[in-house]
Amino acid sequence: MGSVNIRLTVNGTERVVSSEPDTPLLDLLRHDLGLAGPRFGCGIGLCGACFVLIGGQARSSCDFPAWAAEGTDVTTVEGLADGGALHAVQQAVIDEQAAQCGYCISGMIMSAVALLRRNPAPSEAEVRTALDGNLCRCGTHQRIVRAVLRAAATVPAGTAE
Amino acid sequence: MTPSPSLAANPELGRWLDFGRPGRVTIRPGKVEYGQGVWTALAQIAAEELDVALDRIEVAPVSTDTSPDEGVTSGSRSIEDSGGALRQACAQARAAFLAAAAAKLDTDPATLTVRDGEISAAGRGGTGLSYWTLDEPGLLDRAAAEVAAAKPASQWSVAGRSAPRIDLPGKATGQPRFLHDLVLPGMVFGRVIRPPGPAATLDDVGPADLPDGVLAVVRDGSFLGVLASRDRAAVTAAARLAGAARWTVRESLPDERDLKGFLLGQPTEDQPVTERPDPAAAAQVRTTLRAEFTRPFIAHASMAPSCAIARWDSDPGGAPRVTVWTHSQGPFPLRRALAAGLGLDPAQLTVHHVEGAGVYGHNASDDAAADAVLLARQLPGRPVRVLWSREDELGWGPVGPAMVARLSAGLDESGRIQAWRQDVWSNGFLGRPGIGGEPRLLGLSHLAGGAPIPAAPDGLPSGAMGATRNAVPAYHIPDLAVTRHRLLTMPIRTSSLRSLGAFLNVFAIESFMDELAAVAGADPAAFRLAHLTDPRARRVIEEVAGFAGWAGRARDEGTGFGLAFARYKGTSGYCAAVAEVAADTSVTLRRLWLAVDVGRVISPDGVRNQVEGGALQSASWALREQVRFDRTRITSVTWDSYPILRFTEMPEVAVRIVASDEPETGAGELAQGPVAGAIGNAVADAVGVRVRDLPLTTEQITRAIEQS
Repeated sequence: MGSVNIRLTVNGTERVVSSEPDTPLLDLLRHDLGLAGPRFGCGIGLCGACFVLIGGQARSSCDFPAWAAEGTDVTTVEGLADGGALHAVQQAVIDEQAAQCGYCISGMIMSAVALLRRNPAPSEAEVRTALDGNLCRCGTHQRIVRAVLRAAATVPAGTAE
Repeated sequence: MTPSPSLAANPELGRWLDFGRPGRVTIRPGKVEYGQGVWTALAQIAAEELDVALDRIEVAPVSTDTSPDEGVTSGSRSIEDSGGALRQACAQARAAFLAAAAAKLDTDPATLTVRDGEISAAGRGGTGLSYWTLDEPGLLDRAAAEVAAAKPASQWSVAGRSAPRIDLPGKATGQPRFLHDLVLPGMVFGRVIRPPGPAATLDDVGPADLPDGVLAVVRDGSFLGVLASRDRAAVTAAARLAGAARWTVRESLPDERDLKGFLLGQPTEDQPVTERPDPAAAAQVRTTLRAEFTRPFIAHASMAPSCAIARWDSDPGGAPRVTVWTHSQGPFPLRRALAAGLGLDPAQLTVHHVEGAGVYGHNASDDAAADAVLLARQLPGRPVRVLWSREDELGWGPVGPAMVARLSAGLDESGRIQAWRQDVWSNGFLGRPGIGGEPRLLGLSHLAGGAPIPAAPDGLPSGAMGATRNAVPAYHIPDLAVTRHRLLTMPIRTSSLRSLGAFLNVFAIESFMDELAAVAGADPAAFRLAHLTDPRARRVIEEVAGFAGWAGRARDEGTGFGLAFARYKGTSGYCAAVAEVAADTSVTLRRLWLAVDVGRVISPDGVRNQVEGGALQSASWALREQVRFDRTRITSVTWDSYPILRFTEMPEVAVRIVASDEPETGAGELAQGPVAGAIGNAVADAVGVRVRDLPLTTEQITRAIEQS
């Protein structure tokens, strides 16, 4: 299979990557664009470690083929901070000490950011449901839920970004 | 004060810390960070003893070239071992600098104090001297003295307070920090094609259409690997080689539906753990209960498949010189095992630790390192990175052993326990590289002439190691006998998993305590307290009963509460747990309450994080997890077939730390057993039937109801 040029926007910058069309988006991000935030966990979209925003929706990038990424707008955890200021969810993760090994945390942050964009004031149950596609093995679930609720409380409704 | 064993083994102060960078202190613990937060706690200890600000401390990752050899980071011993050594090393370094300053100032060191690394003299304030102005080569080239005058905890200002984890900002912003993110110049990518089962052997590899970028196909016996310039090409090539390989597959695994029959039917090595016969007490027994409890094989199931990088170079004389980057829990033991397996001297290898995801025991980290070395040997001079697939991680990493615990206990007329027998059947937990003189590395076992990895040892039958961990009840029992039966066959490869045998032993003991309490007509909390004299044990039970509202717990239909207790290893931290469930034939775990006593605490939030994490992981093991297999291979190789608890299934968890001035203990493993016991007791409370086989799934609960 030959390579094709995939044109997409990553963290606000237009990028062109030469890739075989069935290469996973995660490989483009990690190997071609040097972004370490999305992590490989399972390769079939079952764990959430590789979650990114594609058109504002949180979803797995390990099973998202390059050809489908053509023309999309992709945000990774590296693209959340605004200048020197961390995104409210990132800051809340630090404030709540909401990680142990942290391998899954960038994917969870992306799920939480997508949630707060569509629902700036979620209930705890809504947070848990939104994060159900993200697995954590260290058992930091409660801290992560608390961090997302804290982030929601610090971002005035309607301005979640 | 006895010198720290870790410092005694690595006495040179300069091995532990240096002041080479202006305004910074580099500490070099021999323990590795894998998400447990140990770097932060060790930095706190160093900052405290040196009287410098916490943010001046930098922690060097373990390297066999520069770090002290502290073996494996396991057993919740890092704060005791490495923390104890660092505390003394730092206190002695501080004293050495004060002596040097005193000599320069021609004064008594006792008149000098340190404030954030700057040295002041009594009555005259700043001296212009600091650790960094005084630092000169050789100052710390001295052996640690036998006794260090470390600060008493009453004078702590950095240790003893929650410090923010030093690794979290990088993790929350997606910075490269895991081994999986490391890119070395000229690096190539390797993948290994595993056999279709542990007893399968490779016959031949037919023609395969390999993609551009493939550099080499490596075959040695049943070890089959590929090297490529890009990871994607290596993945594609590995899939095609897997399709082209022909194997002889043999049945070698037990019957998954009869784990107990397998465990009780194998040849074993039988050793007493404790034998304390008391015929007079035994004669008072009026009622005897018997029961068997089981746990399945449990996977480590790290979020990251194992990864390693290796480079095979030659020294000027042509002898191999091997460098390995690994997230193994034991860089030094890995180096020795690789050297033994490859016929090299350990000095020919350097092993660097780079953080990976949490591992929770001996997972495939070390095996990935061996794979990388075996592939790098075929392409000298190039760093070779190997990443395992999720399927291989769950299918080929060592797993925690399945176990049976057979208990019997006798109550006297007044409802006191007079006699207890506990027999434990298990494969060994000590399957780490190098143990028993065996490399125990998967790739090496697949090479031509390689032998299968022998059955794992289990350590001394001390009540602290292996399957015997927490097999001796903490309760006052006059007539006591505990025996370990270690399996001498190992059809499924086993090794250390967080808390070792404590998970099943405590589940069994604490379930049985409730069964005995019911016969005695006693409240479970009161029954335990009646058999405990250790005030620290009593206190965590009273504490958790108090804040969980045990005495006033709801008695609603379908709701259950359970309580359990253990002192980890019999000698370490104390933990009592209460669980609340809603259960019929399926279980919803609503809440967990835990009270712990881990002695003096370096970072309270670090302890809470570890206890919460241990509790929630234990809940997942207890309710959901089991390695699945057929007669040829492990089949639970995805998150669908090896499910773990998710956000919507996880309970609320509350942790209280009981204040203590006793020596520090670890906190990472002490919740495992008590949480399983509390959940089991809560399920029995809700359902009215005792479920003795883990995990507490609908299938097991239904079976227990049918058999009741």
